[in-house]
Amino acid sequence: MDQLLNDFSPGLFFMQIIILIILIVLMRAFAWKPILGALSTREEGIQNALDSAEKAKLEMQNLQADNQKLLNEARAEREAMLKEAREMKNTMIDDAKTEAEAQASAMIAQAQAAIESEKKAAMAELKSHVAGLSVDIAEKVVRQELSNKDKQLALVDSLLGEAKLN
Amino acid sequence: MVIAKKSIKLLAVLFMVFGMFTVQAENDTPQHGDVSGNQVDTPEEINSYIQHHLKDSHDFHFYTDNSTGKHYSFPLPVIVWTSEGLKTFMSSAFHHDDAGHEIVDAGGVKLTKIHSKIYELNPGETEVAFDEEHHATNASKVIDFSITKSVFGMLVTGLIMLLGFGALARGYKKGNTIPKGVGRVLEPLVLYVRDEIARPNIGEKKYKKFMSFLLTVFFFIWILNLLGLTPLGFNVTGQIAVTAAMAIFTVVIYMFSGTKDFWAHTLWMPGVPVILRPILAVIELVGFVIIKPFSLLIRLFANITAGHFVVMSLVALMITMKASFGPAASTGMSLILTLFIMVIELLVAFLQAFIFTMLSSLFIGMAVEEHDDHH
Repeated sequence: MDQLLNDFSPGLFFMQIIILIILIVLMRAFAWKPILGALSTREEGIQNALDSAEKAKLEMQNLQADNQKLLNEARAEREAMLKEAREMKNTMIDDAKTEAEAQASAMIAQAQAAIESEKKAAMAELKSHVAGLSVDIAEKVVRQELSNKDKQLALVDSLLGEAKLN
Repeated sequence: MVIAKKSIKLLAVLFMVFGMFTVQAENDTPQHGDVSGNQVDTPEEINSYIQHHLKDSHDFHFYTDNSTGKHYSFPLPVIVWTSEGLKTFMSSAFHHDDAGHEIVDAGGVKLTKIHSKIYELNPGETEVAFDEEHHATNASKVIDFSITKSVFGMLVTGLIMLLGFGALARGYKKGNTIPKGVGRVLEPLVLYVRDEIARPNIGEKKYKKFMSFLLTVFFFIWILNLLGLTPLGFNVTGQIAVTAAMAIFTVVIYMFSGTKDFWAHTLWMPGVPVILRPILAVIELVGFVIIKPFSLLIRLFANITAGHFVVMSLVALMITMKASFGPAASTGMSLILTLFIMVIELLVAFLQAFIFTMLSSLFIGMAVEEHDDHH
């Protein structure tokens, strides 16, 4: 302890205090203030950058969600449109079919009616023809009978042959 | 890198300026009392050499060639407050005498140097008289404001700090957010002091006010400790006056920044029986005014002094063990042990700076703490 007290130099103590005060003042002005200021500015900058990155990420996520939503909507719309088109196609085909069927049956009916009327006309003509022929034949037969029996028969045969050709 | 080169240049210029004094000192005729022209080789001589090193000195001594008696050193200014007022002269006036033989007449007062202390001879005396314990009987100590080796070391450290951290600060001012050169090493250290020492101990709100002190003290102690490990042989943080001054700084700072709460808890502890309160106040005050600064100053002083002592003793093993182990073994042993201790001392240099700053911020933290809960 005695040695310690003996070694204690008041002058050195004084010098140390003066030097330390001056050093603290100088370092504060020329080093610590700008350094700590720059460090905290930089840290704030980093914090801000991180925050904005986080924000950007959130925005990105929102955007993606929006995109997804739009995509889904578009897909649904497309589906709906396709479905509608398909339905339209089906109804058109059905309509066309029924119409065609109706037309066809109408045409058939018309044709049948025409055939029927033709047939009737033909039949009537045939009847009148047959009746005419029959009357002619009968007349001729009756005339021939009156002259020659054989000739009458041959006449009938030839008339019949003619009639067949007709 | 450019800034680093500039700093090195400046330091080189500084050393060259002092180098001129070296030449001057070399021409002095040596008058050494206790060294008898031989090498430092006996245990007593080694011991006195180590003791001498641990003390502050008035000149910057590199080594002495004992065969020719030449000292390789440069003198430093002596500034003393004597009975006749302030006297200044260069320490070369003492001609490396440290035993009170050389008397310097500095304008009316006779001064001499005994064991690194400057004494003023009583009026009328021409020679120093010693008692049995080798204490001067007819001379008294003067107040010594000399630029001693320690003061010189502090100035060099201050310069290193101003250059290094000034460079870092300039780098930031130029707009570099990422430092270059020396700053790249210094910035993490500044961040370390701020984030690991000041913030956790003082608290987020108040730490900023004390950063200048804590950073300055941390780097001051650390650089001085590291300078002490170089062969230049500074032992600044091993000077009790230096550590005492720094401890007193801490005390003054925490005493003046103490909150109302701190003083209430120190002087009139709430939640304790009233009879005990004065006793507690005395204990707390003694703790804050005496014990805490003492723990600061003694820890740093003792660690650094012990480190220097151990390193020098291990270096001296080379000589003291030569007789019993032979030159090769003693040198090898000394080398390995010294290397080992030097590595530890490198750690201690940082650790002591860290502990001093840590404890200072802890004490400041205690003083500025706001007690939310009133017991």
